[in-house]
Amino acid sequence: MTESFDYSVVDAALDKCGCKPSAIIAILQTIQEHYHYLPQEVFPYLSEKIGMSEARIFSVATFYENFSLEKKGKYVIKFCDGTACHVRGSIPILERVRSELGVNDKKKTTDDQLFTIETVSCLGACGLAPVMTVNDVVHPAMTPDKAMEVIYSLKVKEESK
Amino acid sequence: MSEKFQTRASLDEARNLWKEAYDKQTRKIIVCGGTGCVAGGSLNIYDTLKKLMEKNGINVSVTLEHEPHGEDEVGLKKSGCHGFCEMGPLVRIEPQGWLYTKVKVEDCQEILEKTVLKGEYVDRLGYTSNGTLYKKQEEIPFYRQQNRVVLEHCGRIDADSIEEYIAIGGYSSLEKALFDMKEEEIIDEVKKSILRGRGGGGFPTGKKWEQVRRAKGDQKYVVCNGDEGDPGAFMDRSIMEGDPHRMLEGMIIAGVAVGATEGYIYVRAEYPLAVKRLQKAIEEAENVGILGDDILGSGKSFRIHIAKGAGAFVCGEGSALTASIEGKRGFPRVKPPRTTEHGLFDSPTVLNNVETFATVSQIIGKGADWYLSIGTPNSPGTKAFALTGNITNTGLIEVPMGTTLRKIIFDIGGGMRGDGEFKAVQIGGPSGACLTKEHLDLPLDFDNLKTIGAMIGSGGLVVMDSHTCMVEVARFFMHFTQNESCGKCVPCREGTKRMLEILERIVAGNGQEGDIELLEELADTISHTALCGLGKSAPNPVVSTIKNFRSEYEAHIKDKRCPAGQCQKLKRIYIDPLTCKGCSACSRKCPVNAISGKIKEPFHIDLEKCIRCGSCISTCKFGAVKEA
Repeated sequence: MTESFDYSVVDAALDKCGCKPSAIIAILQTIQEHYHYLPQEVFPYLSEKIGMSEARIFSVATFYENFSLEKKGKYVIKFCDGTACHVRGSIPILERVRSELGVNDKKKTTDDQLFTIETVSCLGACGLAPVMTVNDVVHPAMTPDKAMEVIYSLKVKEESK
Repeated sequence: MSEKFQTRASLDEARNLWKEAYDKQTRKIIVCGGTGCVAGGSLNIYDTLKKLMEKNGINVSVTLEHEPHGEDEVGLKKSGCHGFCEMGPLVRIEPQGWLYTKVKVEDCQEILEKTVLKGEYVDRLGYTSNGTLYKKQEEIPFYRQQNRVVLEHCGRIDADSIEEYIAIGGYSSLEKALFDMKEEEIIDEVKKSILRGRGGGGFPTGKKWEQVRRAKGDQKYVVCNGDEGDPGAFMDRSIMEGDPHRMLEGMIIAGVAVGATEGYIYVRAEYPLAVKRLQKAIEEAENVGILGDDILGSGKSFRIHIAKGAGAFVCGEGSALTASIEGKRGFPRVKPPRTTEHGLFDSPTVLNNVETFATVSQIIGKGADWYLSIGTPNSPGTKAFALTGNITNTGLIEVPMGTTLRKIIFDIGGGMRGDGEFKAVQIGGPSGACLTKEHLDLPLDFDNLKTIGAMIGSGGLVVMDSHTCMVEVARFFMHFTQNESCGKCVPCREGTKRMLEILERIVAGNGQEGDIELLEELADTISHTALCGLGKSAPNPVVSTIKNFRSEYEAHIKDKRCPAGQCQKLKRIYIDPLTCKGCSACSRKCPVNAISGKIKEPFHIDLEKCIRCGSCISTCKFGAVKEA
């Protein structure tokens, strides 16, 4: 356990989902909802509380795509690359955004911790293809220019703060 | 909502009251609250209409109550997905049955003034096709040719209201199953209907239930697979969002029939709205005593829990899904034993998909004979398809089994979007195959598709036109399955990786002689040796594109040319020196500094640096940047 880490969020998650191994995915989801990633301090703590080895918790956290062990930017932007979005040109949008923000498929978050660029397999909003989401708000019918406009306006908003 | 129904009679009594209230409320505005329209701003439209109507002293009611507000009342509802996502946000006006399309917040004032106050139609919000204005929703070609059975409530009732669902007869099938039928009779009815699993495999549902009923075990489970991971498919999402109670009803019936008391719904975390609506539906059903202990005094108990997925496609596979609910990594296991014997927590488990459960409540309610009258003899009933890709009417449709592709794509889907010509349609997602022109008149059902090496899958139909490169499509699907391979078995983990590498080099213009044969050999090995269904079917898109479009593969490999003109790496972007004014706009826009030159002289592109993003093409005002 780390002294400086506040475990109240973890405790609340355990209360909500149940302190048992079968609830581990729900527990991790609840913790991630708060931090937007899984801080490494939570693993030994959870292991002790639930009675599940750290390795097993870690294996679950790394198996599922939605869990992140790295800190994310303030704005998490997801590009849908499902079939429908792909056919309607999602990749050129993604490439443009990545190159303008200086990120790639390995380095997903910008240096200023403002943006995290991710791809998802399908958001199920195929009728609006190609789509991107900014912190889960869907932006429909994107083009490279429209996507950059959204990002620039967020940047301007942050800089003026 | 207050009382808890202790008996069948008390539910019936409440139903009559709600039905009366529902029937009295003839004037209604139904705003689509499906994911597609919500993304287009439909919730703002709902709020604006509510405010405007209240401001103008209109008696607006948002919930169904026992006591109607009076004759002049106008109901304002949020429904599930109407299906016509392409034209969203959608607003339906009753009693006229008008459908307003592409509605914006700014249109609300006019809807209020003309439609609500005077009962007039707003022409410019109507749907027009080929110069004809279609006022009524049912007259629109997209709807006219469908047969909505499972989706009948989507877009008609308030998706968030158990009262409305009960008012239009909801949960009466459950009553029938609880009080009028024996467990065996429920299973016999489902067996008789020849209902086949809508998740892809097409396994007979009744047979599955019978196996679980006969299996030994104190605790049995009913699990609903809502992990709709196929890219380009959103049927299950629309049912969960638009008619959650019907699915719950089907699950409870299954529980009663097989003797299970616990149910789980496994939903993708990417469907937040579906999770929210299901949570609310479960809560409301518990409040009125339709879920919980001693349902309606029958002595039967059933509970439903929601398990949220965490982003793993493989969890759509039965044994991986149950592992995930148990809090483990989503690894499939060797079968047999089947899920029906050793499923969730090692107990006998009924595992069906969303659409299947939603169909069950109708079969129990209307009888197997009614169901058998729809569709084809071996695949009765309807199937919901998600229509996406290069098609005019993107959306969610439902047609009888045995409908031809031609009818779906050209009559309902409105044909190709843009100037492209129909080329192929990918059916069954990343595990499926592509169908081409020659299959346009093939009646779609489980068995017909099997004979040509395809499958219905969950029901995603991605339409591709002549501008779509089939090698790239194969690469895309292989990238998907490779990325989603859980890594447990070698054929899938390593084999899909090698296939992807080969496809990547082909679309990059580095294909080698013999690559096609190598792909075929790998595909054969993987499909025979992979552990689970996902691995076995992973090579399908490659096999079927090679079979149908071998010449495209050859053009990429031998001539380093993409016949569809889609493969970025095989594209050459150049600046026409005669048209270029030397304004430098393109070079300033280029993200990789690949364009250089002197002002007022023709610029040129360094193809080594160029990533073919096309931003120079859209930037140039003179049309000097061209593709070859």
